[in-house]
Amino acid sequence: MSVTAPSMAPHDDLVNLAERLQQADRDGSAIRIEGGGTRYFTGRQVTGEVLSTRQHRGITSYDPVELIVSVRSGTLLQELEASLAEQGQMLPFEPPRLGEQGTIGGMVASGLSGPRRPWAGAVRDFVLGMRVLDHQGREQRFGGEVMKNVAGYDLSRLMVGAQGSLGLITEVSLKVLPIAGTSRSLRLEMSRDQAMQKLSVWGRKPLPLSGATWHDGALHLRLEGGPGSVTDTAAMIGGDRLDDRYWQQLRDWQLPLFSRESLHTDPRPLWRLSLPAQTPPLPLPELEDAIQIDDWAGCQRWLRTDIDATTLREACTRAGGHATCFTPGHTTPFTPLASAVARYHRQLKQQLDPRGIFNPGRLYPDL
Amino acid sequence: MNILHDARLDGELVQHDRAEVLAALSRAAPGLTLLHREEDLRPFECDGLAAYRVLPMLVALPETLDQVEALLRKCHEVRVPVVTRGAGTGLSGGALPLEQGVLLVMSRFNRILEIDADARIARVQPGVRNLAISEAVAPHGLYYAPDPSSQIACSIGGNVAENAGGVHCLKYGLTVHNVLSIDVMTIEGERMTIGSSALDSPGFDLLALMMGSEGMLGVVTEVTVKLLPRPETAKVLMASFDDIEKAGSAVGAIIAAGIIPGGLEMMDNLAIRAAEDFINAGYPVEAEAILLCELDGVEADVQQDIDTVRGVLETSGATGIQLARDEAERARFWAGRKNAFPAVGRMSPDYYCMDGTIPRRELPRVLKGISQLSEEYGLRVANVFHAGDGNMHPLILFDANREGELATAEALGGKILELCVEAGGSITGEHGVGREKINQMCAQFGSLEITAFHAVKRAFDAHGLLNPGKNIPTLARCAEFGAMHVHNNELPHPELPRF
Repeated sequence: MSVTAPSMAPHDDLVNLAERLQQADRDGSAIRIEGGGTRYFTGRQVTGEVLSTRQHRGITSYDPVELIVSVRSGTLLQELEASLAEQGQMLPFEPPRLGEQGTIGGMVASGLSGPRRPWAGAVRDFVLGMRVLDHQGREQRFGGEVMKNVAGYDLSRLMVGAQGSLGLITEVSLKVLPIAGTSRSLRLEMSRDQAMQKLSVWGRKPLPLSGATWHDGALHLRLEGGPGSVTDTAAMIGGDRLDDRYWQQLRDWQLPLFSRESLHTDPRPLWRLSLPAQTPPLPLPELEDAIQIDDWAGCQRWLRTDIDATTLREACTRAGGHATCFTPGHTTPFTPLASAVARYHRQLKQQLDPRGIFNPGRLYPDL
Repeated sequence: MNILHDARLDGELVQHDRAEVLAALSRAAPGLTLLHREEDLRPFECDGLAAYRVLPMLVALPETLDQVEALLRKCHEVRVPVVTRGAGTGLSGGALPLEQGVLLVMSRFNRILEIDADARIARVQPGVRNLAISEAVAPHGLYYAPDPSSQIACSIGGNVAENAGGVHCLKYGLTVHNVLSIDVMTIEGERMTIGSSALDSPGFDLLALMMGSEGMLGVVTEVTVKLLPRPETAKVLMASFDDIEKAGSAVGAIIAAGIIPGGLEMMDNLAIRAAEDFINAGYPVEAEAILLCELDGVEADVQQDIDTVRGVLETSGATGIQLARDEAERARFWAGRKNAFPAVGRMSPDYYCMDGTIPRRELPRVLKGISQLSEEYGLRVANVFHAGDGNMHPLILFDANREGELATAEALGGKILELCVEAGGSITGEHGVGREKINQMCAQFGSLEITAFHAVKRAFDAHGLLNPGKNIPTLARCAEFGAMHVHNNELPHPELPRF
């Protein structure tokens, strides 16, 4: 009698993945890497044969005392987070969960981080090592399962946010951290200017801040740490209690600005601006009626606006940042690169993926 | 030892006439200070790894970026290799000069360009000293977190090149976690800004790629660092153990209790006695091991964490636990650890510092292995350990004046690193590969990975002119090295042709 394994059971699909890549490399045909498909809309469309990582799944090692977990790329993000939570640990960078089927490979390849990012760090800051299949389907291992490792070039971090265009990520080793003992969420009514001023002052003090978002006339704050510091800081800051679930909604793009419903009622593109700390509002009259959420203490701003992309990007570049468009089907979701930087991107791609099989055109048309 | 560039194992370099290169560079970069007389070159013959010494063909001391650009363009044009050097404190020979190359010294770029306390960033030139950043921003209640032991002298450009760490890495990260952007110049003299003052940038994470790339991909010309608010308070607990394995287990138990200490350091008996003899830190000289556990943050939390850690240490079998009573005692506890290297240096004419990392759980086994190797090779080894993040610094004691002892020390060091790799670790946690560990790279990586590294190098420096012979070995070197180190009867890199 055969027993069907539950879909979550660990499975090593390396041989199959490698064969598919070897075939693609021989044919010079494009591969479109797919995990859960929840982040597909966050980059350019790829024409190519779908290569699914979903059968390559499972946590390969997890030692809570080492603060390190290694996990195959097709593993569901929610499955990993559940395993960590059982041990009182977490992924500190709070990757957005854009659907239940989201995978670790997609989390790493898209490089998106959540509300805690300015204080805790981004996905790339917690990646310690990686196993990657190269264009000929050969497994390479970079970094490792240790906290510190400066041997060789850091190719594992290079893969983070590269949208699968340099190789197929098959396994990732991540640093994890204990979940904070105490958490408190606060809402303070104030103007954007006041909020940024406060954040500047608080930012110079060792306060247990782990979330700061301004929208709808209020600053939303999260404090995380020991009970003593959280209680003392909350008393110092004041304001009203905010439901802790707010941070989950923000993290998972569930606030009204992101919602699919508003896609119908508000057909304007969804933009993400990444700007230096304390950048004042962009001096663009077109943004006056935009809906906006200023997350990451103002460093990450979400907008719904139909402003011309070039105008918006030029303003962001002048301010020292960049703008990404997350509306599905946008032809240039990512800010074009400066010419010298673009040249080295092309040369890197050429060196690591000479036949151009990995997600061609996903980041930029020529990569 | 592999001090000199070996064309057979490191790749061919074009031979040049010194006078011709000097004349060409003088014409290309007017006003550029170029040293060429032996007595002027001598001070630059080594970095912090003083056992490795080579006189460069020329030393360039530029003061403007235009001079750097002109120098790189000319060197690229006539195919002269360039080794970049900051303060020269590196411990792996990453800035070891080449007889056939120009040593590009960036130390004159030593200005802090901008401090933005509101945005908590500082923009500095590459020759600015690590500690100088923290000193300059201290009036704003801020500091720059990575604190390598050489922080008083090492420069930020070198920190980027080596992805420098320090004793507070577990909680505050390495250089890669604390730098927002860098300006680099490629070997072709092209200027690029990589990263930005925003928290991310479009495209590949070239910033991460540049970190720790040891001057092989570009020359760092400016660095923007992230600043952190100074912790309100920091307290140190010192625990002594009669058994080094118990100390190792205590480290894991502290972390399992949900505590991330600001610093968590371990020293073995030899290191304790050396430090105590040198600094009078108040260390228990009879202990087999001590742990220093620093807890920092807000007063209320730190007090609670101290109680938790104290409990964990007691359960782990500590024979004594001492909380530094005041700032002076805390400084003294740390002084012993921070001076452990020179302290060990007083016990022996020479010492050789290793930098392997291991998963913490492997600590007892690796320590046992080191002690066996120490006996086998007849050289004493003192162990100093960034226990929190698994970074070991075994110090091999030897006397270079004794025939063959340096070679023995190097061989022992190589074995220790291979032991770290075997335990699932790395040959270098923070000191870099440089010239020193070029052979051990072949133990750490297979030829596929090394081939990928060469591919990355070609994308930035097709002619291999930036710091050749460092960081990434050629496959020819690995074939040769593998032939000398047969492990479990298996030749590493069996697929490579042998010479």
